[in-house]
Amino acid sequence: MNYLEVKDLRVTYRAGEGEIPAVRGAGFGLAPGSKLGVAGESGCGKSTVALALLRLLPRSARVQGEILLDGEDVLTMRWGRLRAVRWAGASIVFQGAMHSLNAVRRVGDQIAEPILLHENATPGEVSRRVGRLLEQVGLPRWRAKAYPHELSGGQRQRVMIAMALACEPRLLIADEPTTALDVMIQAQILRLIDRLVGEHGISMMMISHDLSVLAETCDRLAVMYAGRVVEEGPADSVFADARHPYTAALSSAFPKIGDPESRRNPHGLPGDPPDPADPPSGCAFRPRCPVAEERCSTVDPVLWPVEPAAVGNGAAGRAAACVRMLPEMRSAGVAAEPAEPNVAAPEESR
Amino acid sequence: MTANAERMDAAAPAALTPVLSAEGLHVAFKGRGRRGSARAVDGVDLDVHAGEIVALVGESGCGKTTLARALLGLERPTAGRVAFEGEPLRYGMRPLKTYRRRVQLVLQDPSGSLNPRHTVYDAVAEGLRIHEGHTADERDRVAAALSRSGLRPPERFFLSYPHELSGGQRQRVVIAGALVLEPEVIVADEPVASLDASVRGEILGLLLRLRDELGLSALVVTHDLGLAWNIADRAAVMYLGRVVEVGPVEEVLASPRHPYTRALLSVLPESGADSPVILSGEPPDPTRVPAGCRFHARCQVLGSGQADAAGVAGRCRSEDPGVLSGGTATQVACHWANA
Repeated sequence: MNYLEVKDLRVTYRAGEGEIPAVRGAGFGLAPGSKLGVAGESGCGKSTVALALLRLLPRSARVQGEILLDGEDVLTMRWGRLRAVRWAGASIVFQGAMHSLNAVRRVGDQIAEPILLHENATPGEVSRRVGRLLEQVGLPRWRAKAYPHELSGGQRQRVMIAMALACEPRLLIADEPTTALDVMIQAQILRLIDRLVGEHGISMMMISHDLSVLAETCDRLAVMYAGRVVEEGPADSVFADARHPYTAALSSAFPKIGDPESRRNPHGLPGDPPDPADPPSGCAFRPRCPVAEERCSTVDPVLWPVEPAAVGNGAAGRAAACVRMLPEMRSAGVAAEPAEPNVAAPEESR
Repeated sequence: MTANAERMDAAAPAALTPVLSAEGLHVAFKGRGRRGSARAVDGVDLDVHAGEIVALVGESGCGKTTLARALLGLERPTAGRVAFEGEPLRYGMRPLKTYRRRVQLVLQDPSGSLNPRHTVYDAVAEGLRIHEGHTADERDRVAAALSRSGLRPPERFFLSYPHELSGGQRQRVVIAGALVLEPEVIVADEPVASLDASVRGEILGLLLRLRDELGLSALVVTHDLGLAWNIADRAAVMYLGRVVEVGPVEEVLASPRHPYTRALLSVLPESGADSPVILSGEPPDPTRVPAGCRFHARCQVLGSGQADAAGVAGRCRSEDPGVLSGGTATQVACHWANA
């Protein structure tokens, strides 16, 4: 069973008179000990999903759907249970460690806070654990006495990771953990996260706009666009052989150095993401899509398996929400039916 | 420099005189308390030729932004000089003002560099008003700069405020503000660092197009090696105040020779490197530049004994590999690579 199972998640923000749908039916699963990368650009709803997982969204957000953490629905959990699940069941490393740490408290005290709140530990035990956590993330124990401003960006991000691991969670949610860090520091942090997740057998969901980072770190990838997952599958194959035109655009945005094709030839995607309050008809990606067809303005595609799932390994299949990936039997104008998760692709029409 | 040499510079063919150059440039900041002064830029020769895009790459704290600021005349060098079309930069009010209309800055983070209470029109027209006051053709020139930056039709954006625009559009407004004065050189500090992956390529494409259409030269300061591969003609890799490797992008990035450049490239995702070289620790402190080669304490080639095998390990620890000269040749400041 998946440790995390998100089904048809919908999040709507109330803003003034109207309602703005930020997440419009996103779903994915995360097997125990596996790593899922969620990619997409600002405003695609990826951070909203992360916050929704632990019910951290503001009151103005209405959340529907199911978020099963170890079989328990987070959305219907009682407060006491939710408090126990936060930190210990799942914890978040937020983006921008600069702003997420309390500037006027020593980092050791900040790491100790979740431990003190969640466990009956003696002060001596707590400070020993803080020291151990700091060492795990590659900082000397005495750094517990430091204030955030005394640390570099990379060191602060290490403190954030130590804090997230303090209560030995089973799921780590990392929201842009390396954005704004230099390449070398980014490599250090990614390697650290990878090692810790492996050692502790933690599941991880990593969110980023950089598909190449996710492809290198994660087992599976989910690409989000305008509040939905538009492509999902094993990380390598999604990155190398995208089936959704949006994924293709994301994966060519960061060039492979040495590749003559991208030399003096940056790849971008014209236009901007749709206004969530006023989405286009049909496929949300249509206005920016380089291969849009006529039927794209009428069909709103949902995730559909694009490859027959390997025998006995249904989860390894791939899915994309693009009409070009629908079986040819389906003619233009017929609204696609929702795909059942992990269903083998329908038989070929030929 | 002697008067004689200066005359020779002026006599050189225009095509060979770089538009913008740093010559033996040093910028040091006074230390606080007992700390020594920070040698942010510690001896750099770097040329930008007409119609050329040069990428200045390096990690935070390596001095790349300070070097860019010095080239713009925003920072006074403690030694060496900045030259524009062969003429040394003069730091009086008037000459600086003239200089700054010909060499324009494009800042990172367009959300921070645009005034939230100015419309797009005002933001773009500001530079024009500073330099020329209100002119009759202001509206046309603002419109031209906006459409050249890819905001079309320009009139639609005149009255927009920054918060109504996407990140990519804001960056285009910032670029339009630089273009409106028809500069010869733009210095762009991390022009795409705060933008989404999909928008990044669009802005980089715009910079390339501006070079092709207007013959604009550019110095792009970045930590993003992919950006250099995407648009730059030459790359200069900076480490702790010095350029340690410089040359055509194809050579510096596709067959790097300096161990630091190699390490930077090896940690890129999808770099295909068998064993990424992850340097430990942070870039060292410019108040305490190590003796010998400034990279030696973190150098993987020295650490693994390869430098010893080549018989240069002693020099790595004691002898400064020196300052790379300007010009367009491929050069590397490394005893091992040059051995």
